[in-house]
Amino acid sequence: MAGSKEIRTKIKSVQNTRKITKAMEMVAASKMRKAQDRMRAARPYSEKIRRLAANLSQALITDYRHPFLVKSANVKRVGLIVVTTDKGLCGGLNTNILRQAMNTMRRWESSGISDIRVTAIGNKGLGFMQRLGAKVVSQATHMGDTPHLEKLIGPIKVVIDAYQAGEIDAVHIAYTRFINTMKQEPVIEQLLPLTGERLGTPESNWDYLYEPDAQTVIDDLLIRYVEALIYQSVAENMASEQSARMVAMKAATDNAGSVIKELQLVYNKARQAAITKEISEIVGGAAAIAG
Amino acid sequence: MAMTIHVDVVSAEEAIFSGLAEFVVLPGEAGELGIMPGHMPLMTRIKPGTVRILLPGAKEELIFVAGGLLEVQPGLVTVLADTAIRGNDLDHAKAMEAKKRAEEAMGTRSSKIDYARAQAELAEAVAQLAAIDRLRKRGH
Repeated sequence: MAGSKEIRTKIKSVQNTRKITKAMEMVAASKMRKAQDRMRAARPYSEKIRRLAANLSQALITDYRHPFLVKSANVKRVGLIVVTTDKGLCGGLNTNILRQAMNTMRRWESSGISDIRVTAIGNKGLGFMQRLGAKVVSQATHMGDTPHLEKLIGPIKVVIDAYQAGEIDAVHIAYTRFINTMKQEPVIEQLLPLTGERLGTPESNWDYLYEPDAQTVIDDLLIRYVEALIYQSVAENMASEQSARMVAMKAATDNAGSVIKELQLVYNKARQAAITKEISEIVGGAAAIAG
Repeated sequence: MAMTIHVDVVSAEEAIFSGLAEFVVLPGEAGELGIMPGHMPLMTRIKPGTVRILLPGAKEELIFVAGGLLEVQPGLVTVLADTAIRGNDLDHAKAMEAKKRAEEAMGTRSSKIDYARAQAELAEAVAQLAAIDRLRKRGH
């Protein structure tokens, strides 16, 4: 029975792999539900703050224009926030978003944007951008399973400060949008200056009383709005990550199953051949004695 | 029945409270604020402290907020609560830290963006995925 021991060992090893991928699939499935809940939990805030910002942007045209709302005529320097996952084993999720980010960066460079500043959220994007040689100005990694706004404030502030100081003319964000469990889509959106379609149309126009004064309140509000948008993207990216991982692990489990089936077939054939050989040897031997 | 006003308390991470109230007390930047139904439209920052919401039926709800913004519309009070204590110095320290980490990690970067290498790397990953896909299809 030449080779049958090796085949048995191989089957055992693939079975173990299948156990692991199956476990990872189930972990990802339960984390995915939680990540989706968190994504939904963040929606009321961003919806409220969006409506507020829309109301304000309309009310403000006359007296105070916030830099977030003013479009720069000549975009020469750009900030890019790249949201990726910390861990791998989630199919083509990071590859897709990074490829799109890279293509966009290349397009920018060829259209005369000389200075691209990258903010990396997530380990995978950070590693990629460093290898790419991009200018990484700030980063946030090891977010864990729950995104916390607190961890994002620092890196976001670096970008917002640069924007407010006029060092960059626009800020874009790249992340994976969650559509459903089976489908996630890499997107790159403009974050700053805030565009009209993003804010939507104001529904009402209250003449607010501002305390202490309009400018500070609006500054605060718009910074929180931008943070909420980024937080939402990160939460969505996390939901995408878990569903992509679940699907990838399910595929891996299925693959392991078919590999086991094939190996089992090979093993059975080898065993059968060995038995046949033994019988024919015995029969041959008996015939020789009888003859 | 007493007059009521709709109150929403939301933070970036979750919706904390939503419902009708008779009276809301919160720590405004210029001092304690009491909002009753029919208050004029107002926008202000709030300090870290407790938001006290008096519900119909003499019940009350206490919510701690780490600062945030308050918006009052006719018939609607919205508290946009922060999830972390904010302050210029605190935020600045966080920003510096994020910057420093990035700079440390950037120690050995080449000046030019190496698109060719990155593209090769990505192409490899894509090819791997495609190969896995093909193998999968063949297997079934």
